[in-house]
Amino acid sequence: MSKHTFSIGGVHPHDNKISRECALQQLPIAPAVYIGVSQHIGAPSVPCVAVGDKVKVGQVIAEPGGFVGAFIHSSVSGTVKSIAPRADLAGRSTTHIEIAVEGDEWLEGIDTSDTLVTAIPEDAKTIVEKIRLGGVVGLGGATFPTHVKLSPPPGSKCERVIINGCECEPYLTSDFRTLLEKGEQVVVGAALLQKAMGGVPCTIAIEENKPEAIAHIREVIAKLGYKDLDVMVMKMMYPQGGEKQLIDAVMHRQVGSGALPISVGAVVQNVATALAVYEAVQKNKPIIDNSVTVTGECFPKQANLIVRVGTPLQYIIDYLGGIPADAVKIISGGPMMGRAVANLQAATVKGTGALLFLTEKQTRRAPETNCIRCGKCADACPMGLEPFLLNKLSKAADWEACEANAAQDCIECGCCLYSCPAHIPLLDNIRVGKGFVLSAIRARAKK
Amino acid sequence: MNVLIWTIAVVTVLGLVLALVLYLVAQRFKVEEDPRIDEVEKAMPGANCGGCGFAGCRAFAEAAVKAPNLDNNYCPVGGNDTMAKVAAILGYEVKAKAPMVAVVRCNGNCEARPKVNEYDGYASCYVKSLLYTGDTGCSFGCLGCGDCVNACQFGALSMDPVTGLPVVDQEKCTACGACVKACPKRIIELRPKGPRGMRMYVSCVNKDKGPVAKKACANACIGCGICAKTCTHEAITVEGNVAYIDPAKCKLCRECEAMCPTGAIHGVNFPKPLDKEAIKERIKIRQQKAKEAANV
Repeated sequence: MSKHTFSIGGVHPHDNKISRECALQQLPIAPAVYIGVSQHIGAPSVPCVAVGDKVKVGQVIAEPGGFVGAFIHSSVSGTVKSIAPRADLAGRSTTHIEIAVEGDEWLEGIDTSDTLVTAIPEDAKTIVEKIRLGGVVGLGGATFPTHVKLSPPPGSKCERVIINGCECEPYLTSDFRTLLEKGEQVVVGAALLQKAMGGVPCTIAIEENKPEAIAHIREVIAKLGYKDLDVMVMKMMYPQGGEKQLIDAVMHRQVGSGALPISVGAVVQNVATALAVYEAVQKNKPIIDNSVTVTGECFPKQANLIVRVGTPLQYIIDYLGGIPADAVKIISGGPMMGRAVANLQAATVKGTGALLFLTEKQTRRAPETNCIRCGKCADACPMGLEPFLLNKLSKAADWEACEANAAQDCIECGCCLYSCPAHIPLLDNIRVGKGFVLSAIRARAKK
Repeated sequence: MNVLIWTIAVVTVLGLVLALVLYLVAQRFKVEEDPRIDEVEKAMPGANCGGCGFAGCRAFAEAAVKAPNLDNNYCPVGGNDTMAKVAAILGYEVKAKAPMVAVVRCNGNCEARPKVNEYDGYASCYVKSLLYTGDTGCSFGCLGCGDCVNACQFGALSMDPVTGLPVVDQEKCTACGACVKACPKRIIELRPKGPRGMRMYVSCVNKDKGPVAKKACANACIGCGICAKTCTHEAITVEGNVAYIDPAKCKLCRECEAMCPTGAIHGVNFPKPLDKEAIKERIKIRQQKAKEAANV
């Protein structure tokens, strides 16, 4: 069997999927949740409840602030305590809606039973509208509103829907467990996305280190009998789950600089998003929870938890027995692209995928030495950039040259930093250049 | 012998012919340049710091010669002396500007602003600010990685190892503005040096509400507005929970400094230390008099 992967760059970190045997588990509801209004890319949502209002699970509490925006629903039932700024994971102050939990009362119309609904609605528009009303955003990490992705601009045509089940980041296992335990729902979700895009073929891409998931999904597809839906086994390679990399691996097409995947006829959705789509369309259940991997070699009670949106991180950690003594860093997300958590009082958002505990030894940065021009970073870059050059240009604050060398195309996967034998903080510097280039491009577009 | 004579003759003639060609080409294609550009450039400090907004001293000289007046061209490094020289060369009028100095508007030292987490990434304020709001509870204050120190070409900035904050050497600071641009938190401001170096400023940019700001940093401006109410010169405005002293209106009476409950207002280079009680007494008497006047 030939295995597929993207054509340039990539690294091969040890996958460390130590929590792969931990079954999905429902986290008890926290006494109070804090639901942020800016959980997605695009305009922040506008709260539509007032302090003192009683809300039920699944009730809309914030409306989209623009076309690229998403509905936000209450993940618990209770009373709105406050609508006030609160620090997020990075310490940045954003508006959060605080809800004091009372019981667990769901809004009428939400199907909370376990029965699988396989009948696909006939009309694609109904599906997209239900996805919009369900507040579904891309759960692979970027949290781009899904209904926007499913509404291609006029003139472009979708030729293939790709369900991203690569989970190429080390440590993360929530997508793997979802595939294994909620495979039927994911497959129905994939069929719904397929229908929404006009019945185009659909590929579920899974990396070879998850053989159980591959076998299970194949079985489910055969059982449910959907057409034009197949599983593609991918070679293990990071960042396979990157949107542009996955399109390259599956369809052998390259998305141009600054272009959207739809320009080459692809729509990529994550496994967790497919599940959310199933729940939103078939069960009328908006995104009120998501699966979070809590892991790390130093963390004894690893788990794959289903967490209500807005649960404070401290509550999750306390539930699993607190912070281990030798952990020095907690990362939200995987070790390659995740960000260190600066504030444990921060609440989870729709896109929170993992909490990773690292020890001092694992996080230690080796001292930076001079570039030895080995070119490993350029070999590793999956976007075909020259990280050593961008690093230099960014340090020299030469933003025009950064743009000429496509700093804006950096996907911040961290392969360059991972492969650099001189331990140069390549990505840190490139991010600076990318930021300046992107703001220059936006300023030009405004003119 | 013959060979030697021929060689010398040929080389000499060749040299003369080529010199003639070069001369003619130089005459034909010569670039007319205003000689004043060179003169102006000579009068400049030659730091090529970019503080004037141009790429370097030469670029400034070219712009100054072309411009109809010197209103928009000012060399902050050279100051009034240099500008007077430039004006003399070009025959323009130049308005004297008050000399400026960089002021660090954050007093969140290690004691007042305890760390709530540890940053172990790349030591650059800009990179740090891209990742998160910083290792203290204050999301507006100094990040302490010294981007401003690296930006300063004149050695006027240094990090104080005790407070973890940058310190401006006012003798060396030329007010070129490089540090202002380098600071991702926009803490550093160029303010007039003031008479004999005396100046007042609010050493905080925290826009959080009072209790939040105070919790993060003991030295924060809590936006209470006492200073604005005290000021008799209308020099202080409170906007977004933080006070600002307009240097043009400030009369250096130090009343705001005495009244500030958190010590966020700083007066520097005053000959005498601040006598808080005396000033408070003075304000009290004045307010009483005003009350009596209002009652009458």
